[in-house]
Amino acid sequence: MTGIISGGRLSTLAAAFVVARRDFTAILFSRSFIFFLLGPLFPVLIGGFAGGIGQRVQQSADQPQLGIAMQAADVDAMMAAREVLAPRMGGSLPELRVVRRLERGESFDPVAALAAKRGNLAAIVTGSPAAPRLTGTAGLIGQWQGPISMLSAQALGRAPQDYPQVTLSRTASSTAQEHRGRVITAQGSQLLLFLLTMLLAGMVLSNLVEEKGNKIIEILAAAIPMDAVFLGKLFAMLAISFVGIAVWTGTAGLFVLIGGQNLPPLPEPAVGWPMFIALGIAYFSMAYLLIGALFLTIGSMAATVREVQTLSMPVTFLQLVFFFLASFAVAAPGSMYEMIAIIVPFSSPYAMMARAAQDPALWPHVAAFAWQVLCIGLIIRTGARLFRTVVMQSGSAGSGRRKRRWFERLRPARG
Amino acid sequence: MADNASSVSTPPLAIEARGLVKRFDGFVAVDGVDLSVPEGAIYGILGPNGAGKTTTLRMLLGIIDPDAGYRRILGAERPHDVAHAIGYLPEERGLYPSMKAYEAIAFIGALRGLSLAEGRRRGRQLLEEQGLGYAADRQIRQLSKGMAQQVQLLGTLVHEPRLVVFDEPFSGLDAINQGKLEHMIRGLAAKGTTVIFSTHVIAHAERLCDAVAIIAGGKVPFAGPVDVARDRIRPQVRLETRAQDGPWRGALPADVRHEGKHWLFSLPDSGIEPLLRALIEGEAGILSLSIERAGLHDAFVAIAGEAAAKALAEEKIEEQRR
Repeated sequence: MTGIISGGRLSTLAAAFVVARRDFTAILFSRSFIFFLLGPLFPVLIGGFAGGIGQRVQQSADQPQLGIAMQAADVDAMMAAREVLAPRMGGSLPELRVVRRLERGESFDPVAALAAKRGNLAAIVTGSPAAPRLTGTAGLIGQWQGPISMLSAQALGRAPQDYPQVTLSRTASSTAQEHRGRVITAQGSQLLLFLLTMLLAGMVLSNLVEEKGNKIIEILAAAIPMDAVFLGKLFAMLAISFVGIAVWTGTAGLFVLIGGQNLPPLPEPAVGWPMFIALGIAYFSMAYLLIGALFLTIGSMAATVREVQTLSMPVTFLQLVFFFLASFAVAAPGSMYEMIAIIVPFSSPYAMMARAAQDPALWPHVAAFAWQVLCIGLIIRTGARLFRTVVMQSGSAGSGRRKRRWFERLRPARG
Repeated sequence: MADNASSVSTPPLAIEARGLVKRFDGFVAVDGVDLSVPEGAIYGILGPNGAGKTTTLRMLLGIIDPDAGYRRILGAERPHDVAHAIGYLPEERGLYPSMKAYEAIAFIGALRGLSLAEGRRRGRQLLEEQGLGYAADRQIRQLSKGMAQQVQLLGTLVHEPRLVVFDEPFSGLDAINQGKLEHMIRGLAAKGTTVIFSTHVIAHAERLCDAVAIIAGGKVPFAGPVDVARDRIRPQVRLETRAQDGPWRGALPADVRHEGKHWLFSLPDSGIEPLLRALIEGEAGILSLSIERAGLHDAFVAIAGEAAAKALAEEKIEEQRR
């Protein structure tokens, strides 16, 4: 063997790459990664199953009908009037069901008929087209009052004989529709970003437990800066997340293609779809690295997997708080709340994602990226220093009792 | 001229530490340690558990920073700056269980700057050389503890470091593998590599080391060549006589003690000749007389004190029991 190394050290990035490469391949080629990829299938299956049940329930609950009990000629007139008006009024006219064609002088009690609960009657119109009476529950009779009045007028021949034809001229969008659409896009993208971050960043919590359990941390700490260990682990998990997202997106796309279905048209974001998708990838990375760096720091303080599990719930709630902060800002663009959501590093990617949907300006994203990258660097540096101080027992910071506790957990016996 | 002569004869220092101090929660684990390890030397750090050996090594390697004092490793004040030239085998061994043996070696080399491809190639080669080629593609979890230890040892050396730091390297190895490791350490030193290792088994240090530092209670009461450590104790005289009593008894030194058939005492300052004369003239009837140079263990006992020696003995018993 020839010596090719005469001294020096790996740069932080090069050392991080060594750690990231190890972690990435170890996870990618592990059996558990298959379960990781299959993970989203379970909620999809459950969602599909629940949706099917819901559809059945919906189908079993028929549309409410309006019963009619008038003299035979009046019933015919009312039914004919509905035939005329239905094409123009569409679904706003209730479906009429003949309850009884009354003989002259015959009386009818609609309250008793409704109480008998035959069919799916929600209300019954009685009397005559000249003096209709609507009997039923408060909500529906209020809703049907106007349509019944029009039907009666048509049945009496008092309605206009000729309805003017309305020419329809469709526009691509209106200011109101555009605004509404962009808010929907902003909310949707925020939710997607949050769900992905929440699902995937949690894995980082337990990332240093293996190294501490196997004492590999000593070898790492002796060879490379702890910042590089943190950075490498974060980027490995980010890369794993991208693999997962690519597989899931690809699979979903394949199903859509096979099913021959078209996706519903989504309101276009302010920056346009290509830039929005690019920003989405970038903000996912930022959100992941920010929250991941925090999780890694918290997780590195834990000595066992059990401790990590205990920490996972408060950490999830922490994520929710940041998401709510960013969600609140969507409703108030340009407000102080949006500024706070953008400045707070952990909600910043969500808030900026929403901004990309609503505002075409790109320079704020450049500034936000710079800020977020700075925060990631600071969190990693702080986390690594904290790890060295508290867990590795280097330096003089930290309370003595706490230091000893961590120290004893990590290294029960030392020479 | 004299200065020039001394600079030529003194090899440069691979490790230089002055006044290293480390406290844990008020407890002083290392208290003003000074070390000077010449390049190319085999250097031992001796002491019982809890003496501060590992803490000292961790400070030298930059795993932890000292609270006071300074260290210079291969000329650098920050150990990470010369990480490529250092190999480290920690006391508590650790490898990723899912990694293959040759990959684990390559990974440790990569942390020290070796390319992954070269690390893999060397990993396989080293395993072959050690007779472990058949295990190259096995996962670490599939190896025995001793084999995994050997894999980690090879990982420590794969990047051909100039300085190798072993923390209790013989711990957990059987006698055959201890012998192999001793051979390997000698081989490293022969190639000019500086080797520093900690141990509580003095026999290893005595066989291998050019110099030792004895650590007890976080302090270094002795650091220097093994011979100098031995010379701290006077040679012992072992005498066997035909006569049990007589005027010759008055010639024996004050520290004489009787063990079985032998009289044991320190070699007098005046040397052996006056004593021999007195024994002959006093008709002691000398059956045998030998002068025994003190071993490193005796030196350790004398230097580190009875308490340290007792702790060491307890450790050995515990290890044998394990």
